[in-house]
Amino acid sequence: MANIIDLKNINKFYISGKMKFQVLHDINLSFEEGSFNSIIGPSGSGKTTLMNVMGILDKPQSGEITIDGERIDKIEKKRLAYIRNQKIGFVFQFHYLLPEFTIYENVLMPYLMKDSKPTKEIIKRAEELIDLVGISKIKNNMATEASGGQQQKTAIARALMNNPKIILADEPTGNLDSQSTEDIYALLRQVNKKYNTTFVIVTHDRRIAERTDRIVEILDGRIISDIKK
Amino acid sequence: MSLPFKIALRFIRYNRSQSIFIILSIAIGISVQIFIGLLIQSLQTSLVETTIGNSSQITIVSKIKGTPVSNWDGIIQKISSDPVYDKEIKYLSPSVNTPIFISEGSAINSLLLRGFDFKASDPIYHFNSHIIEGTLPTNDNEIMIGKQFAKDANLSVGKTVTVFTAKRQLKILKISGIFDFNVSAINSSWAISNLQTAQNIGGFGNNVSSIEMQVVNVFDAKKISEEIVKMLNNPSIKVENWEDQNADLLTGLQGQSISSIMIQVFVIVAVTLAIASVLAITVLQKSKEIGILKAMGLTDGKTGLVFLFQGLILGIIGAIAGAGLGLGLSFMFAKFAVNSNGTPVVPLEINYFFILISMIIAITASVVASVIPARSSIRLDPIEVIRNG
Ligand SMILES: Nc1ncnc2c1ncn2[C@@H]1O[C@H](COP(=O)(O)OP(=O)(O)OP(=O)(O)O)[C@@H](O)[C@H]1O
Ligand SMILES: [Mg+2]
Repeated sequence: MANIIDLKNINKFYISGKMKFQVLHDINLSFEEGSFNSIIGPSGSGKTTLMNVMGILDKPQSGEITIDGERIDKIEKKRLAYIRNQKIGFVFQFHYLLPEFTIYENVLMPYLMKDSKPTKEIIKRAEELIDLVGISKIKNNMATEASGGQQQKTAIARALMNNPKIILADEPTGNLDSQSTEDIYALLRQVNKKYNTTFVIVTHDRRIAERTDRIVEILDGRIISDIKK
Repeated sequence: MSLPFKIALRFIRYNRSQSIFIILSIAIGISVQIFIGLLIQSLQTSLVETTIGNSSQITIVSKIKGTPVSNWDGIIQKISSDPVYDKEIKYLSPSVNTPIFISEGSAINSLLLRGFDFKASDPIYHFNSHIIEGTLPTNDNEIMIGKQFAKDANLSVGKTVTVFTAKRQLKILKISGIFDFNVSAINSSWAISNLQTAQNIGGFGNNVSSIEMQVVNVFDAKKISEEIVKMLNNPSIKVENWEDQNADLLTGLQGQSISSIMIQVFVIVAVTLAIASVLAITVLQKSKEIGILKAMGLTDGKTGLVFLFQGLILGIIGAIAGAGLGLGLSFMFAKFAVNSNGTPVVPLEINYFFILISMIIAITASVVASVIPARSSIRLDPIEVIRNG
């Protein structure tokens, strides 16, 4: 299968004062379309940084990034915004909903960015996603009124709104109890099957990682193991 | 509704107290601007009105002082048949001015006898509304005198007076009425008759002293008077206008206008700064939301638009509230700032065009004020927000 994400020789470092602190060392990593992957590693090992580089939120100092066949390390900002909007869905560690909008509006938001008038089908899709993640009852509540688990589910539905090829999830169950963690994991799996969406999930939780198809382990900015099942 | 507009509306609603603060500062600024602007405009109008409303604004006289204007009906004919007259001149009438002396008791009083064609002059002087006793002179050898003179000389309607003319002749005139022009100089020194009586007494024959005009727009008087000079091309006459004769008043008005504009400019600058600083704080507060939106693919341009729309929406609401408040202030002023007889100190004239312009300026200023926050929102890098939680 074709690689949907392809990282070549990625180097990322931070400079503070005279100190140069390298977070990613010459990373080479690819993910196949439709695959279900996890990235694990101790705190501070560079997982979030790697995710942000894949999600073209962060820029590495060197290396090549190809998303869905398109080299993105050299393109203009407007095109980057378009790719983030259309091809990538983010689920952040701290869900990051917009407090000024309802659950339903948050889910619809990525669509509104390219077209401010949703069609009937789009509205139906938003409703379906809300159903899928199980938050229909509270969809007209303001985002801030939802519980942590409900907010995370909303963030997942939002990430799926534009039917992206890639979902990048950074510790999506980090703050949740074990039952909610189970629910969300099952949900991500279901979406992966239903829409053939590629998943890259960062997690601390080995039990979650064990249930993905591939586990990439990093330590101090280097890949130390890469196990496919 | 475009997404940036929708987000702008939500931000405004969500940060209610800040939004109210901005709207209030715009509204207060604009209301002050509108109130001061209207007040000064009305003040100027009423000042100009009292100065020249009841007098000639353009006057044709003889070039040599004290000599009459001949062929006056020809001149009137010529001006009336010119297109300028139709558009710009309201009233046109001849008048005769000649001194008379009235001896009453031991004193000899010198008066200015003014002869008018009442039909043509009434729109300028509004004689009828200034008569307090009797009527306008209806026959030859009748005069009207002022309230003050009537009192001083102990004269009343129906009495006759003996006058000594400038040509050293004696005439007997009958008092047909008493006027009050609310100006004591006029009330004590004018006498008014029809044109023929004054012509006879002053020995004018069929000539007159002057031809008087009022114009539609008083501030065009100078320009029109110059046009008339060209049109008549008559070396024996001179055309005077109120603007030249009241240069001091005009300088005063101009100074007033400039200070009014200065006040308005400073109000707008203060309002703009207030909006800009509050919106700049909003960008900081909303940096997380902006970061999320950008991470989801909101373009920089649309992000900037969110803040421009905020400025626009707040500006429109503030301008409407300010116009309401300003009108309210003006009406209150008109209602409560009154003279002892109940008439307003300054009769307020509501210039809706000025209010509209003030509103447009306020809205423009709000949008301009939001350019700085819009730019900082464009510069915001979503990674900063994502990384720092
Ligand atoms: N802006 C920055 N400036 C300097 N160092 C940074 C910056 N951002 C991250 N780092 C460092 O880079 C390293 C990797 O950070 P990263 O957030 O990618 O780790 P992580 O694996 O996601 O950790 P966690 O499991 O705690 O989320 C850390 O040591 C962190 O301190
Ligand atoms: Mg992390």
